[in-house]
Amino acid sequence: MTQGQKATPAIAETARPGGLWIAFTATLKRDMTLMFRRRGELINPLVFFALVITLFPIGISPEREVLALIAPGLLWVAALLAALLSLDSLFRTDYDDGSLEQMLLAPQPLAALGLAKVVAHWLLTGLPLALVAPLLGVMLALPAGSYGVLVLALLLGSASLSLMGAIGAALTVGIARGGVLLSLLILPLYIPVLIFGVGAVQAAIIGEGVAAHLAMLGALLAASLLLAPWAIAASLRISING
Amino acid sequence: MSLCLEARQLACEREGRWLFEGLDLVVRSGEILRVEGPNGSGKTTLLKLLAGQLSDYHGELFWKGVPFGKVREQFVANLLYLGHSPGIKAGLSPLENLAWYQALCGERGSEAQRLSALEQVGLEGFEDVPAGQLSAGQQRRVALARLTLTRRALWVLDEPFTAIDRQGVAALEAQLAAHAAAGGSVVVTTHHALSASSAVRCIQLG
Repeated sequence: MTQGQKATPAIAETARPGGLWIAFTATLKRDMTLMFRRRGELINPLVFFALVITLFPIGISPEREVLALIAPGLLWVAALLAALLSLDSLFRTDYDDGSLEQMLLAPQPLAALGLAKVVAHWLLTGLPLALVAPLLGVMLALPAGSYGVLVLALLLGSASLSLMGAIGAALTVGIARGGVLLSLLILPLYIPVLIFGVGAVQAAIIGEGVAAHLAMLGALLAASLLLAPWAIAASLRISING
Repeated sequence: MSLCLEARQLACEREGRWLFEGLDLVVRSGEILRVEGPNGSGKTTLLKLLAGQLSDYHGELFWKGVPFGKVREQFVANLLYLGHSPGIKAGLSPLENLAWYQALCGERGSEAQRLSALEQVGLEGFEDVPAGQLSAGQQRRVALARLTLTRRALWVLDEPFTAIDRQGVAALEAQLAAHAAAGGSVVVTTHHALSASSAVRCIQLG
């Protein structure tokens, strides 16, 4: 036994490591780098969004009045589904290659690391979806004056969608084909965002005040920002320990 | 300095079968504990338990005499766990992988540190190759570079010799012995016969 050996105290005990911000930004940067290196997956949600919106005028009617009526709902539903489709892979690759296990053992709050991953996901999914939505709105003859509100509502809403969706992704990460289960778990949570999101755009079209709808979307985002990281951390612990 | 990882009456059940029951063990500074046993005897489960990853077990775990639940933060700050999967991102280069692991510990670290850690595990020239293009052994070596890069007192290593060539095995063995000699502790599972020179304690499962 080497126990009695008086060695140099090379192995100092680590006290409380700080560096939460370093870990947060590094995780954010790492996830964005990884997503940029898989461009095919990166544009998938956008392609899906564009395809759905392109097909509806062909399938229903090219008349402007009809399209204008359904445009807010269509844009929101398509964006919501596009965001949902991209969520399944949020934690899966980390789970498969063992880095999720390492994140759980890192001396940093798991909630913060999870939040960093969600932010990366939103920056490369929700944000682009919100930015291309006006273009697709033109295809659906969305009445003028509602474009700004559409982008703003989608920005607020998609951030909530990413946060809530990540809870489901964390819960289903240990399951081989968790995609369907994920959708079932998460869709009920998405409904309030959908209602107020569509409400904001419709209010803008008929010239009513949009503040109330946007405030509700903001409140939903604030609540998810506050609660979702802890729920994500707890869900990841359940998935890994199970 | 006294590190001490202790398990009392540890028992774990999987699919109605007891993997181990009434297991008592203590790992102190300067010790290497080798967990032996046939496939499926619960070595990995035991290591995950000792790394504080699982919660469905019977018995008690202590870090320096305090139950795990109360010292989780201090415990993980002193732990380096390498599991079955090396935890290396295929899309990132070895340097980027190591940089993230350093950041997880709250350190910025320097490129020079990471390069020298990679050189020590024999990966000079592969620093910027995406890890997905490296062989299984090389990926394992990237993970092992963390042993040099991140100074932690307790190493819990699950089959660290997997896919490593003969020179690599010798170097890793020497590194484990050096870590123990410097006052660290190691818990390791392996089917590989460790050379007799290093002071190793064994426990047998299954």
